[in-house]
Amino acid sequence: MEGVSQKPVEQRTSVTICFAGDSGDGMQVTGSQFTSTSALAGNDLATLPDFPAEIRAPAGTRAGVSGFQIQISSEDIFTPGDAPEVLIAMNPAALVTNLGRLRPAGTVIVNIDKFTQADLDKADLKSNPLDDGTVEGYLVIPVKLSTLTKDAVAPFGLGAKESDRCKNFFALGIAYWLYNRDFEYTRNYIRAKFKEPYISANLAAMQAGWNYALTMELLQRSFAVAPAKLTPGTYRNITGNEALAIGLVTGTQKAGVRLFFGSYPITPASDILHSLARYKNYNVTTFQAEDEIAAACSAIGASYGGALGITATSGPGLALKGEALGLAVMTELPLVVIDVQRGGPSTGLPTKTEQADLNIAVFGRNGECPMPVIAASTPSDCFDIAFEAVRLALRFMGPVMVLTDGYLANGSEPWLLPDVDSIPSIPTRRTAEHNNPGGQLLPYKRDAESLARPWIVPGTPGLEHRIGGLEKAENTGSVSYDPVNHERMIHLRQQKVDALAEVIPLAEAFGDDHGVLVVGWGSTFGSIRQAVISARHDGKAVAHLHLRHLNPFPKNLGEVLRRYDRVIVPEMNLGQLSRMLRADFLVNAQPLTKVQGQPFKISEIRAAIDDVVAKEG
Amino acid sequence: MSHPTESPIGLEAPVTEDPPQLTKKDFMSDQTIRWCPGCGDYSILSQTQTVLAELGLPREQVAIVSGIGCSSRFPYYMNTYGFHTIHGRAPAVATGLKCVNPDLSVWMITGDGDALSIGGNHFIHLLRRNVDLQILLFNNRIYGLTKGQYSPTSEVGKKTKSTPMGSVDHPFDPVQLALGAGATFIARSADVLVKELRDVLKAAYHHKGSSFVEIYQNCNIFNDLAFEDLVARKVRDDRLIFLEHGKLMTFGVKDAPKGIRLHNLQLEVIDLAGGEFTEADCIVHDKYNPLLAGMLARMQPPHFPVPMGVLYETQRPCYEEGFNQQVTDAVEKQGPGDLKKLIHGSQSWVVK
Repeated sequence: MEGVSQKPVEQRTSVTICFAGDSGDGMQVTGSQFTSTSALAGNDLATLPDFPAEIRAPAGTRAGVSGFQIQISSEDIFTPGDAPEVLIAMNPAALVTNLGRLRPAGTVIVNIDKFTQADLDKADLKSNPLDDGTVEGYLVIPVKLSTLTKDAVAPFGLGAKESDRCKNFFALGIAYWLYNRDFEYTRNYIRAKFKEPYISANLAAMQAGWNYALTMELLQRSFAVAPAKLTPGTYRNITGNEALAIGLVTGTQKAGVRLFFGSYPITPASDILHSLARYKNYNVTTFQAEDEIAAACSAIGASYGGALGITATSGPGLALKGEALGLAVMTELPLVVIDVQRGGPSTGLPTKTEQADLNIAVFGRNGECPMPVIAASTPSDCFDIAFEAVRLALRFMGPVMVLTDGYLANGSEPWLLPDVDSIPSIPTRRTAEHNNPGGQLLPYKRDAESLARPWIVPGTPGLEHRIGGLEKAENTGSVSYDPVNHERMIHLRQQKVDALAEVIPLAEAFGDDHGVLVVGWGSTFGSIRQAVISARHDGKAVAHLHLRHLNPFPKNLGEVLRRYDRVIVPEMNLGQLSRMLRADFLVNAQPLTKVQGQPFKISEIRAAIDDVVAKEG
Repeated sequence: MSHPTESPIGLEAPVTEDPPQLTKKDFMSDQTIRWCPGCGDYSILSQTQTVLAELGLPREQVAIVSGIGCSSRFPYYMNTYGFHTIHGRAPAVATGLKCVNPDLSVWMITGDGDALSIGGNHFIHLLRRNVDLQILLFNNRIYGLTKGQYSPTSEVGKKTKSTPMGSVDHPFDPVQLALGAGATFIARSADVLVKELRDVLKAAYHHKGSSFVEIYQNCNIFNDLAFEDLVARKVRDDRLIFLEHGKLMTFGVKDAPKGIRLHNLQLEVIDLAGGEFTEADCIVHDKYNPLLAGMLARMQPPHFPVPMGVLYETQRPCYEEGFNQQVTDAVEKQGPGDLKKLIHGSQSWVVK
């Protein structure tokens, strides 16, 4: 600790804090530093970065506000918290765009230096929100954050602009005092990241923030959050995109195949490319293609050549890849396709989260073109889902779709690290043996159980054959226009996907075996689980069924759904999963929809549960 | 094709101590060819099969990758590995394939619509990256498989089913486009120029990098005789010039020899029979000269003969080499990947 806190310390189970400022104010850095420090302090945590699509929207405007919300807890938590109790707002725009999230009577720490008339104008405000009643009911702590930072870094000879850029560390210093966090991690970060005199300046700004919070009268107590009782083991804090990249590498290493990653930069998926590009010593190659189509096609070419082709994108890119995915389905080559969903349609909300690509993932190709679809539930689950995608693609010889979203991609949580040695190896269908000695090679001869065809790679002597997008004759793979053969092949390709239901886990509901079932998929996991826990705590008969496999569904899904009186399906779309459940199982699955580019709050799902229970009587 | 070395994907390089000499027939597949009778594609297929046999390539080391269109049915007729992909995307598929399997001899088959219209983007990026493969662009200046619409190489005013009043788009010149995109090998030939086509295909094979070959190809159904006034036996000596590196640029029929000279920074056709000029006035073809290549690429009838053969060649590192070298370098520098290290990262902590 950087000195002794002379004010009382209050123990808390969970706290939620939000840093908000201009996109040039370094709020993402501040948030990540608070996150890593809390992770190392042993808290469970979940984060929600929320930044604008523009790299630098005009300074001070509402469009340029960048926020970072984090919940830290001494208990197991699943979300970044519904409502922060502390908001640190670096300017008027950050204040008014985030105030609505703050819980009643919450604390607002504002940079009062940024509330001049000019600043108010930039934020499109007619009056000063600090004076006009906007912040009534909250504890407002005005801090001359810019001035104090400037004074603190004065000895280091920085220019005015450079001095001002240290103020995010001043803000972090306040937060560190408020929550009794240690400087160690951030001190190391600053030393590694910056050069002198910026190291000294940033360290001084952080210490000044801490000192200021200690002496300021309005902050009467600080808070402590004890380490969480997490499952014993080794942990690291991880974002979804990073976990996904590591999962892909682990899968390909366990399968003994080269990873070829073909991708075109797109928000919020680009970080997967950035991560993999650093892992080349793991037999990983990355190809930044000229466009989304080439990204998918190069991956298909690589899979044809004996590597595992993988491509990642977000919604608009997935739309472009559709035809290529059909080729992978037709030629029955392994492929992993990752869609980090964002707000749509069209360019939509590039930096916001949504789950509206389920339909395109399951159905969005020409012809009868089935693909397995799986979805990650939390940032760390992206590791497991990536590994699962590699396993399924190599097992059934075809493309597998992975759905994550912006919230999972950029959000983070502590990850209980798996034991590398106990991760099973993944078999492939690579062969150099003729499968019909004395006769014609049968490149489309199927494995009896999985219906997968062999993986014969160019360069293998004696097994030369041709593949392509035209319909294939069964077994020989020759071009065939025969009507009966076509229908047979359509069924075979469908059966191949359906057969995966035999090797995926059964659906298992958490909670009661009767009453209301809340069915979810993807990143709504945390909010739903927490809402169901709280409803059960209040004596309601509720269960949560989370689906990781969306095509094929677990084979007992219908049976599980029919156990419950009511089924509600919260989704960040207009009810895409609920429609699939209705179509497949004839159950009255009620959609609960939210498409605001923000994840569900626990309270929103809890309210829906209560509503259904109340109607049931 | 590079010499077989240890493959990065773990395939054993084939042991070819005494490889049996393959013949053209060995490269013919058992599939019935479904091009229209009289199509120029037959000749190109035949010359390619002959050349592959003459080059002594093992069949398993050859992969033919195509897009969509009449020409793109080519892989089905070759008894090698083959991939008939989707419209315009053969360059991307071929790039992925060559990157992970660099020992393969990859031949990309495409057409004027496939390469220059729907696949234009991939085409230029393939040339820019200089992936080591051969690109055979069958240019018939028409859409054949969709039954006769004008293509991006059709001449202005072309009347087709989709342009009954004549097309109003200006065509691409594939050679100029390839040059602009940074191609390291550019050649031109025609379906009926049997020997010359074989020579060009061999030169393309021997070039390390993306070898681009434009092949004039007659579509006798939808654009018959499109190149007749250039390649017909009676006129070709006068309308074409066969380039050979280090040789004088001369052409013309026996009684009316002509040449090309460089005058006022421009190429010019000169009459070698009139007494005013001699062969000494002609320039020597230098395929390594990019400025000359630019001028050759712009030589068009009726003022000039059309250049055939290798117009341009240069050396530049191939994409797949740098691509794979980075893996080797990373392993050398960081050691082979250790999954435990990867998973643990730099900031892990233990909960007891």
